[in-house]
Amino acid sequence: MTALALDRVSVSLGGAAILTELTAEVERGEWVTLIGPNGAGKSTALRAVAGLVAYEGRIDVLGDDAARLRRRELARRIALVPQIPVMPSHASVEEYVMLGRTPHLAYLASEGREDERAVERALDRLDLLPFARRHLGSLSGGERQRATLARALAQEASILLLDEPTSALDVGRQQQALEIVDELRAEGELTVLSAMHDLTLAGQYADRLLLMDGGRIVARGGAAEVLTRGLIGEHYGAEVRIVGEPDSGLVVVPVRRPVRS
Amino acid sequence: MGRPLRNRLALPLGFAFLIVAMLIGALVGPVHIGVGDVLRAIGAHIFGLRSPLHGASDAIVWELRLPRVVLGVIVGGTLAAAGAAYQGVFRNPLADPYLLGAAAGAGLGATLAVAYIPSSAPQRDLLPLAAFAGASVAVVAAYALGSSTGSVSASASLVLAGVTIAAFFTAMQTFVQQQHLDTIQEVYSWLLGRLATAGWREVVIVLPYALLSWVVIILHRRYLDVLAVGDEEAAALGVNVRRVRLLVVAAATIGTAAAVAVSGLIAFVGIIVPHTIRLLVGGSYRLLLPLSIVVGGGFLVLADVLARTIVSPGELPIGVVTAFFGAPFFAVVLRTSRRYG
Repeated sequence: MTALALDRVSVSLGGAAILTELTAEVERGEWVTLIGPNGAGKSTALRAVAGLVAYEGRIDVLGDDAARLRRRELARRIALVPQIPVMPSHASVEEYVMLGRTPHLAYLASEGREDERAVERALDRLDLLPFARRHLGSLSGGERQRATLARALAQEASILLLDEPTSALDVGRQQQALEIVDELRAEGELTVLSAMHDLTLAGQYADRLLLMDGGRIVARGGAAEVLTRGLIGEHYGAEVRIVGEPDSGLVVVPVRRPVRS
Repeated sequence: MGRPLRNRLALPLGFAFLIVAMLIGALVGPVHIGVGDVLRAIGAHIFGLRSPLHGASDAIVWELRLPRVVLGVIVGGTLAAAGAAYQGVFRNPLADPYLLGAAAGAGLGATLAVAYIPSSAPQRDLLPLAAFAGASVAVVAAYALGSSTGSVSASASLVLAGVTIAAFFTAMQTFVQQQHLDTIQEVYSWLLGRLATAGWREVVIVLPYALLSWVVIILHRRYLDVLAVGDEEAAALGVNVRRVRLLVVAAATIGTAAAVAVSGLIAFVGIIVPHTIRLLVGGSYRLLLPLSIVVGGGFLVLADVLARTIVSPGELPIGVVTAFFGAPFFAVVLRTSRRYG
C-alpha cells in the first residue's frame, strides 16, 4: 500500500519556484531518501508533506488527501524530525518527549496514563530512561538527537520525515541514529522519507533514492542507479569515485581534481 | 514517572506565601489592630456575623485594608500570568504586559479622558474605561501590524509591532499632555500606579475579566509548552498555532487592560514573578501559570505594603516600588535570557 503519494506538487516562495511538479510515491515500510545539492528543494519537499508550506498539486497520506486532513490528524500520521530542532533548554527530556503526544490529545485535555506509557516506551527504545529528568540544555549533541527521535517516536505516527538527521553527528553517532531508524522501520511498518547530504549513508540505508536539482526530481532508483559519477558530477559539480563495498553497498568518495598548472 | 517532589510542593507553598502576604497586608497600617481581631472581623463580614471591632477600626479593616489587599492579589496575579503567557506565545523572556503596547495604549486612553472630559463629569468612572479601551486598541493594532508582515518570524515581528505602536501612542500622549499642562499631575499619579483608592467596587469591576483571563490562560498551559519548540514544529505536532496565539494573547490582554484600568500602570510584575518561579521550579507552563497567579498576587500585596510604609505617613506609588526592584531584575534577565531561549 502507498503511504505517501505526491502528484505534481509545486511550491513557490516569494515568487520563486522552489519545487516544480514533484511526483513520487513511497510505499508503506519503505525508506526513500531525497538527495541533491544545496537548494535543490529537499527540505521544502519534506515541509510540504508535513503540511507546513502551501503547495499546488496533491499529496495523499495513507490514502487521504492531506489538504483535507485536520492538522492534528495529519500529525498523527506524520512525524517530522527537523534539521535543526528547537530545543527549549529548560525542559526535561521527559517533558520534551511528551510533546510528541500533542496530536493524540483533545483540545483542552491533559496527558493520561497511555501517553505516559508511550513516552516511556520511546525513552526506553532510545536508551534515554536514565536521562528522563535531565534538562535538554545539559545533553550532548548525540543525546539531543536521540531525544528528538524519541519525541517523533512518542508521536506514534506511521510515517517519519527526517531532515538531515545526521548532519550534527560524528560518524559513530550517524551510524547509530540511522541504525535505530532502520530497526524501528523493520519492527513496526514505519515508512521513512528523509533528506540527506551524505551520499554514502543515503545509499546504504535507503531502499530508493530520489536525486533532486533545481526543485525537480532528476533521477530516481536504487543506489546503483542514482549514485553514479556522471549524475553526481552533473548535479553536484563534484568529482567523485564510487567504490563498491561487498556487504554494505556503495561508497561515494570525493576526489580532488588535478590542479592545472 | 511522577513529578519531582519540589514541583508537587510548589503550589501549596505558593498558596502559603499568598496567605501570609495577605495577612501582612491586612495587619500593617498606621492604626494598630491585633491579628485575632482582624481575622475575626473578616470572618464576621464573610459569614454575616457581628464584627468584634468598633466602627472606625472595623471600617479600616473591611473598607480600607481588605479591598486593597484583594485588589492587589487580583491585579498582581493577572499581571504575572499575562507576563508568563506573553513570554510563552512570543517565546521572548523579556515580554510582559507592556510589550504589546498595552501600557502605552492605556496611558493614552487615560490621558485623553483626563484632558478632554470636563471635570464636572464623573471622570473617575470614565478613566478606567478609557484606559481599557486604549490598551485593547493598542494590542489589536500591534497584533494586526505584526501578523500583516507574515508568519515566518511571527514572534519577532509581533514584538517589533508592539514597540512601534507603543512609540506612536506615547508620542500622542506626550502631545496631548503638552496641550493640557494643568492635568499633567493627575495623569502622572495615575500612570505610576496605585491601589490606594481601591474599594470593593474596583474589586467587582476587575474580577470577571481577571477570572476570564486566568481560566483561558491556564486551559492553554500545555500549548505554551508546545510553542516552546517554535511555530513550525508546533504545527508539525498538530497545533493550530495562530488560534492558540490569538486566544492566549486576547486573554492576557483582557486581564492586563482590566488590571491597568483599576490600578494604573504597575510595571515589571510580569517579568519578576514568572522568572523567579522559573528559577525555582523550571520552565514548564503547567506549573508556571497557576503559580504566577498565586505568587504574583502575594508579591503585589507585599509591594503595596512597602509602598505605604517606606515614607509613612506618606505613600509611594506602587509602580515606583515594583520598578525599583523590577528594573535591576530585568537587567539580570536580559543578561541571562539565552538560558530561557
